[in-house]
This record gives sequence, C-alpha cells and structure tokens, in this order.
Amino acid sequence: MKYILMMSHRKSQTEGIATWPHKDIQAHIAFMMGLNKDLRASGELVSAEGLAFPDQAVLVRAGKNGEPVTDGVFPETKEFLAGYWIVDVESPEQAYAIAARASAAPGPGGAPLNMAIEVRQVMSGPPEEFV
Amino acid sequence: MIALDASAEHLLRELAPQVLGVVVRRYRDFAAAEDAVQEALVAAALQWPREGIPGNPRAWLIQVANRRMTDFLRSELARRRREAAVAQEAVAPGVENEEDDTLVLLYMCCHPALTPSSTVALTLRAVGGLTTAEIASAFLVPEATMAQRISRAKQSIKTSGVPFQMPTGQERAERLRSVLHALYLIFNEGYTSSAGPHLHRCELSVEAIRLTRLVHQRLPDDPEVAGLLALMLLTDARRAARSGPDGELIPLTKQDRTRWDQGQIAEGVALISAALSRGSIGAYQLQAAIAAVHDEAPRAEDTDWPQILALYDLLRRMADNPMVMLNHAVAVAMVHGPAAGLELLKALDADGRLAGHHRLDAVRAHLLELAGDHQAAIAHYQIAAGRTTSIPERNYLTTQAARLRECTES
Repeated sequence: MKYILMMSHRKSQTEGIATWPHKDIQAHIAFMMGLNKDLRASGELVSAEGLAFPDQAVLVRAGKNGEPVTDGVFPETKEFLAGYWIVDVESPEQAYAIAARASAAPGPGGAPLNMAIEVRQVMSGPPEEFV
Repeated sequence: MIALDASAEHLLRELAPQVLGVVVRRYRDFAAAEDAVQEALVAAALQWPREGIPGNPRAWLIQVANRRMTDFLRSELARRRREAAVAQEAVAPGVENEEDDTLVLLYMCCHPALTPSSTVALTLRAVGGLTTAEIASAFLVPEATMAQRISRAKQSIKTSGVPFQMPTGQERAERLRSVLHALYLIFNEGYTSSAGPHLHRCELSVEAIRLTRLVHQRLPDDPEVAGLLALMLLTDARRAARSGPDGELIPLTKQDRTRWDQGQIAEGVALISAALSRGSIGAYQLQAAIAAVHDEAPRAEDTDWPQILALYDLLRRMADNPMVMLNHAVAVAMVHGPAAGLELLKALDADGRLAGHHRLDAVRAHLLELAGDHQAAIAHYQIAAGRTTSIPERNYLTTQAARLRECTES
C-alpha cells in the first residue's frame, strides 16, 4: 500500500533555515539524504521531492476564457508544503514510522524539529466486485 | 529495437524457471544464479529478434547464464563465494528435473521469511521470467525500488538457509498454500479496471493464470490448485464487462453478460467440476464454484442464490474469515430478504475485524437500499466511499449515493 508523507513547514521555519549555523544546515541535509537512501535501499521509496521556497509560489485560477490568472501567495498563509515522499509499504504503521523519522530531522543545535507530517494513503488498491 | 514476437516471448518465459533450476543446482547460489538467468533472458530478448531463435533455446540460455555465473565467480568480490561453491561441488548434483524445478522455485520464492510484496516480486521474476522493469511498471514503483526489493528478498532467502530442494511432508503442504496465496495476490492485483492508467496491470492477472497453470500441470491431482485456476478463469472471464469505457466500475448485476469470455467460463467450469468430484473440498474450490454459479446465469435475475448461499455456508464453516461472513450475509439477503442480511451484519460489527473496512459499509448500504431505507443507505454509501483505497470504487460508491439522493428527492 502506498502512502504520501507531506512535510509542512511554518513560514518562519522555512525562512529560518538560512539563519541556522552552517553545520546544522549540513546535518539537516545529510539527515534527509540518509533517509532517502535508506528508503531506496529498503525497496520502499516510490518518489521524494523537495519544493522550492514558498516565496516563489503563485496561486493560479482560470480566467474568463480559461487563461491562467496568477496571484501571489498571501502573507497570512502560515503553513507551506515543503516536500513529500511517496512510499510503498506493507502497513500504515510502517508509513507512520517513516513519517516519525522524518519529523525528527535535526534543526538548530541538532535538536529534533518534530515537524508535523501529514500521512495519507494513495488510492492504489484494486477495486472489488460489487453485486 | 526489434521486439520478440509473442511466441518467442512465451517460449522465453516458459524456459526461465527451467534454466534457473539448472543453474541453481550447478552453482548452489540462488541469488547469484537468479541474477545470471535474468541477464541471459535480457540477452535473449536483444539477440533473438536479430539473429533468430537458436536451435536449442534452453541450452542457449543455460550457456549464457553459466557464462555470467563464471564471470561472477571469478570476480574479486566473489572470491569467498567461489571457495564455498567449489567446496560444495563435491556434493553429488541432484537429478535434473525441469518439471520439479519450477515447483521448487515457487516454494523458495514463497518462503515464510518474505513479506507478501517481496514474495510476489520475486515470484514474478524468478518463475515468471519478467524483468525488473516490467514488474516495477506493473506495481507503479521505480525500477530501482523494485530491484532493491527483489535483492532484499533473495538476501532473506539466503539468510534463512533454505536449500534448493523439494520440501517434504507437512512443510510441503504449507508451502503449497503460500504459493497459491501468492498467485492469488498477483491475480487480485491485476484484476482491476481495464481502462486508464492501470491498463497494464491486467497483465498481472494473465501472468497469475499462466503461473497457476504451470502449477496445475505439475500437480494435476491437487483439487485446490485446480480450484484456484478455475477461480481465476471464472473471475477473469468477466473482465471485459466489469468496467465501462471510462474505467467506471460496473457491478455484477449490471454487466453485459454477452461480453463474458465463454471459453474461459467453459474451461473454469470443467476444472471446478472435476476438482469437486474428487471429494477433498477446499476454500479455492468453493470460491470457484460460487464464481461458476454467477457465470452460468444468463441474466442477473437467473442467479441461483440458494446454491450460492449453500456454498458460502460451507466456506464459512471451513475458514473463520470475516470477508466470507460478509459475502455470506449478501447471499442470505438475496435468498431470505435484506432484513435477514442486515441482521447478520450486526454479528460482523460485534466481531470487529472488519471495523472501518469500506466493504462492510458498502454491503450495508446495498442491503439498506434493498430494504427501502434510502437515507441510511446514502449515509453508508458515503462512508464506504470515504474508506475505499480504489478510485473506480470510490467513484462508484459516490455515484450510488448521488443516484439514491436524487430518487429520494424526486
């Protein structure tokens, strides 16, 4: 069964990473790369992507003739999707365990960030026959 | 690149487990032999279309795989393995028996040390002769991920120390059950909507049928093997009618039965009739018998529900399985009315094993609708829609709720 693990950052957190000490940033990056490497090695990783910082995000809606109308991101939005993993595991508990590991990624001073990771199942089950 | 034609492809896949059996026997290293045979299969797929199929394709594949094994054994990294292999060569080689090799390989791939997804992946590669890329695309995961899964599965087999030989006695019966379960899982994974992004997954059910046929050829007197093959054929026979042009789910009662594959139905019915007459009844045979009753009804309203109910009664006594209890409740509703079926669902609520499972809500919604309680039916269709993990199924359940809402309002 496949799950998506969505990692959200508070806006302050994302901007804050640039202010971390160099070695803490490196430890954070190494942690994430190590996590991805392990997921690949265990045969569980379907995909993993990090997203550009939210200051580059735009909201798009269709205009009158279906043309894209873009809008800047509203400053009051506090949480942004920072990246996601899709994993293929045997049980929801395994997905939660991976999410917990990602959540504890090191932040400033090496302390765990304990980020909220939203875990949702990807719709990939085979349908059954209904009478 | 020129591709292999269907008959060459079939030949290659048929030979894959036989060649692997020979190479494993010679070198006694399943993991390495499996890699070598995979390389030989890939080499054949590249060379045969250009150069033609060799006079003795089996010998050709064995030779190429042996060369790969030799390269592997010579390599610096494998020095220790080579010493081990040389030491083991003193052991008298077992008698080659291609027929048995396919079974032995299946027993190995379905070792209890492996997780279901590893079992399925390894079976498809080592016995089915599919490439890692093909298996990855069938399960919609990257090739590297599938490669890792297969390599870890082989590692587990190695660690477990299971020898490449036919298990005996009680163990053999248990392993055969695991094999049949793995084949059933492959079939189910493939038995899905025949439209949209999952199109290629159909090949998994075709592959499951092919592999089950191989087992049936080798164990023609085992009624459960015949039962599983019959169940697959009788279920797969409905595939074309099972979904609409946009991949939407069509329930059994609404299917265009002229689109059912009569050839498959005839074969499945013959298989299950012969198996049942042997008198050793098992769960696959009973499920096949139920599928046969559905398939033999020219119209939905001709379905012999009392017979289906009798079969579910037997099945229920054979295995304590909540899904069987649920289907039994549907059969009871069809024979004795929806109230009787709904009454049985209460026992399932108390049982708890299906708590939160969409199927329980979907059945409850259906029975409530039959009982005329549309409001409650709508609510349960919606709960079921929220719980399923299949998009065609969610669309179907949401549509059921909407349809009922509209006919309640008007």
